[in-house]
Amino acid sequence: MSPRKKKTKWERIDGREWNELRPIRIESGVLPNADGSAYIEMGRNKIIAGVFGPKEMHPKHLAKPHMAVLRCRYHMAPFSVDPRRSPAPSRRDNEISMVMRYALEPAIFLERYPRSSIDVYTEVLQADGGTRCACINAATVALVDAGIPMRDLVAACAAGKIDGRLILDLGDYEDKKGQADVPLAYMPKLDKVTLLQMDGTLSTEEMEECVGLAIEGCKQIYEMQREALKKKYGIEKEEP
Amino acid sequence: MSSRYGIIPRLKRKKIQETLATGKRMDGRGLGDYREISIRTGIIEKAEGSAEVYLGETRVLVGIKIGVGAPFEDTPDEGVLVCNAEFVPVASPAFEPGPPDEKSIELARVVDRGLRSAEVVDFSKLCIIPGKKVYVVHVDLYILNHAGNLIDASAVAALAALRGAMKPVYKIEDDEAVLTEKKEPLKVRKLPVAVTIAKIGESFVVDPSADEEEVMDARLTVTVDDDGNICTLQKSGSEGLTLDEIKKAINIAVEKAPEIRAKITGSE
Repeated sequence: MSPRKKKTKWERIDGREWNELRPIRIESGVLPNADGSAYIEMGRNKIIAGVFGPKEMHPKHLAKPHMAVLRCRYHMAPFSVDPRRSPAPSRRDNEISMVMRYALEPAIFLERYPRSSIDVYTEVLQADGGTRCACINAATVALVDAGIPMRDLVAACAAGKIDGRLILDLGDYEDKKGQADVPLAYMPKLDKVTLLQMDGTLSTEEMEECVGLAIEGCKQIYEMQREALKKKYGIEKEEP
Repeated sequence: MSSRYGIIPRLKRKKIQETLATGKRMDGRGLGDYREISIRTGIIEKAEGSAEVYLGETRVLVGIKIGVGAPFEDTPDEGVLVCNAEFVPVASPAFEPGPPDEKSIELARVVDRGLRSAEVVDFSKLCIIPGKKVYVVHVDLYILNHAGNLIDASAVAALAALRGAMKPVYKIEDDEAVLTEKKEPLKVRKLPVAVTIAKIGESFVVDPSADEEEVMDARLTVTVDDDGNICTLQKSGSEGLTLDEIKKAINIAVEKAPEIRAKITGSE
């Protein structure tokens, strides 16, 4: 990428390169009662996602006659952060549930299941910065695991700025102490950004660079999501 | 993708798109035009600051109440800013009484992030006794008529109200904060302006109307500070955007922001 971020003495708190993702582990099919499920560890984030549906919509008046309704829930366990948080959904949880829905909707053939609902539940068991992205990564794998037809996988990660430098995949500390945080979700095959938020301060150029950086991160995560799915279905290598 | 819409929105979308193809919008505006903005401040005497903004027919009333409370644990010597939005049922037949839904939470949080990221006020100056007592600034967004683009209208109203807000002065006696008769301005340092861009088909329009919001593919709100830096982004809507589309929207926002900011500074 651009040469001005060449490293001299500067180091990230966990020793990563500026454009390096945290270690990621994704597993699919982890909840026997769900139609589809996934577990992700992204750094110290631990998140489990379950998908139920397509199924009949309850309550019925919320059903749409021409398409399925996607319902998403983002929720944090009381013990996932320090200090303990109330288990009641916060305003933040509500907003993230909504942007998660917007991030996933473009990928799903919702019009194939009129009058139904597809419910995606994500539970943050441990939070370490970037939970909304990790939740989207897990939810996508869970949706595929549930056999729901999709246009593409949705991969998500954040880029941001700390100490005046642009970095990929912010951890908790970098998220809190940094100057900007840009969570982004991306469908690599369709080349579309489906989640884009930001807070902090960035110039227009830095903003564009962050979006590009996060997209590169998403492409790497996309491969890991595919691996997780192939592993579950015992596909070792793809036929050419 | 048209099958994702019901029949009425589908017809509406078709009509809107046909009009956009001629370079105009249903209400006669150009694609990059805002509706008329009018700002009145100081209309609620009991509030420490207030402003009413009309953006076309969208009408938002913002009241600022300034109280005293405990600081957050991680920022013991900084004041607190709380933003809340109420979609009161008078504003639209689609609004129902009850606890805030996800749309009003989003509105409050996006406006809040804009104010906070740009540090509109010096939060360290809002501290009375470190770790114990700080000013708590409540920004309540009250939607009185919903005709589209609530975020931009609310952001303008919040800034206008904050600019005129007076905070009560406290003096410290024996480690206790005692209220005095005096009041002083809150001192707003920056004016982060929210610019919302809707993508409908291949067209990008600023300041979407309620009809346009109903049929849009995606929406991007970009908050731009006085130096042209970006301090908040919020993408919404059920379609994705390409990198080029994001860049285009950001550029539109950066270009448009000074125009809106001038309305705020020119309102007194």
